[in-house]
Amino acid sequence: MIPGPFSYRKAASLEEAIALLQQYGGEAKVLSGGQSLIPMMKFRLAEPAVIVDINRIPGLDAIEERNGILAIGGLVREVALERSPLIRQRYPIIADTAEVVADPLVRNLATIGGNLAHGDPANDHPATMLALRAEVVARGPGGERVIPIDDFFVDTFTTALAPDEILTEIRIPAPPPRSGGAYMKFERKVGDYAVAAAAAFLVLDEAGKIARAGIGLTNVYYKPIRAEAAENALVGQVPSDGLFRTAAELAAQATDPTTDLRGPAEYKRAVARTMTLRALKAALSRAQVA
Amino acid sequence: MERVPIQLTVNGQLYQAEVEPRMLLVHFIRDVLNLTGTHIGCDTTSCGACTVLWDGRPVKSCTVFAVQADGGEILTVEGLERDGQLHPVQEGFWEEHGLQCGFCTPGMMMTAVALLQENPDPSEEEIRKAIAGNLCRCTGYVNIVKAIQYAARKMRETAPAAAGIAGGE
Repeated sequence: MIPGPFSYRKAASLEEAIALLQQYGGEAKVLSGGQSLIPMMKFRLAEPAVIVDINRIPGLDAIEERNGILAIGGLVREVALERSPLIRQRYPIIADTAEVVADPLVRNLATIGGNLAHGDPANDHPATMLALRAEVVARGPGGERVIPIDDFFVDTFTTALAPDEILTEIRIPAPPPRSGGAYMKFERKVGDYAVAAAAAFLVLDEAGKIARAGIGLTNVYYKPIRAEAAENALVGQVPSDGLFRTAAELAAQATDPTTDLRGPAEYKRAVARTMTLRALKAALSRAQVA
Repeated sequence: MERVPIQLTVNGQLYQAEVEPRMLLVHFIRDVLNLTGTHIGCDTTSCGACTVLWDGRPVKSCTVFAVQADGGEILTVEGLERDGQLHPVQEGFWEEHGLQCGFCTPGMMMTAVALLQENPDPSEEEIRKAIAGNLCRCTGYVNIVKAIQYAARKMRETAPAAAGIAGGE
């Protein structure tokens, strides 16, 4: 399959990329890892007149902790997240997520910025970032703004990014003591999108009760969602199997999946419940040793 | 129609061309350079038949524009053989019957080459994880895993000093 014709612009700096996006308005698309955009262009689901390639822009591929946050550059590839000792040791929920994105060949190019900016409810990082209460940094002609993750996902394939903005960084609060998170994905086969998946992040207080909870869900709603009722049911409680089952049920009730090749809606809702339960259990066991 | 000049090193040889931005890397390799060892399977970023190494990383060349790779180095299956000698990975697929129809084989071998450069002694699980993006509909993967294990053994035996220091990206 051949994509439609387009003009190719390789940006050497963020300023240049933003100027190009301004110049072409909504006609231009940002090319990051390209592992979703190029297939969509081949299917002619996307026919941008201009492609702005940001892959050569320096400084967007760092993974670092500073001032109480983890900062992940928008161009960080999934393979770098999977292999980063910092991510594996301090943020295993992000390693869980990166290593189930598509397959290893795709992960050599696919970026975390693209995974979020694409706005696909089937993508894996959104749920994890919702559970972690991340922030997205966007740079546009007017400078930089910080978007709370809860405001970022607007609709299917639509985010809060303006056409002339570029996602430059994702910021995640550094993990407090006694915290842990996990991402659990159920897929029909390696490389597929989730039938349903859940991200859970728990912070325990000194008495062992749940002080904070985050739950994000993949591919069970028209956009990535946070299961708020489930989170609220957990806070202030002593973790237990019964409590987690209640929360998982509330998470399932927050979903509105569509029936498709990956199964009927009721089945997906049940999978979302099971994935939430498993993610909560894994998050707890990590929190108890952190 | 916009055409963009690009310069690519493919299997050690420098090529210059003017391409349409929408030309996929796999089409540049097959249709412009006539290197048809790189196969097009699904054409939808699923099967990995089109896998080549781009600056050492295995990628699906049906999901990269040729213009993106400007200035880069590409290794295809044609670049594995040296002086009439099969690459140990090729030899492994031959000796262990790592193929049946052969369609997935070039991509599978390129992924294996990249794996063994980074990890000269992979476990079976590491091999299976590494080839998760390369689909084979004939073999059931058992002999493919054996072929890669054969190559790993052979490469360690023939370059014991290099095996320890190989790796990195």
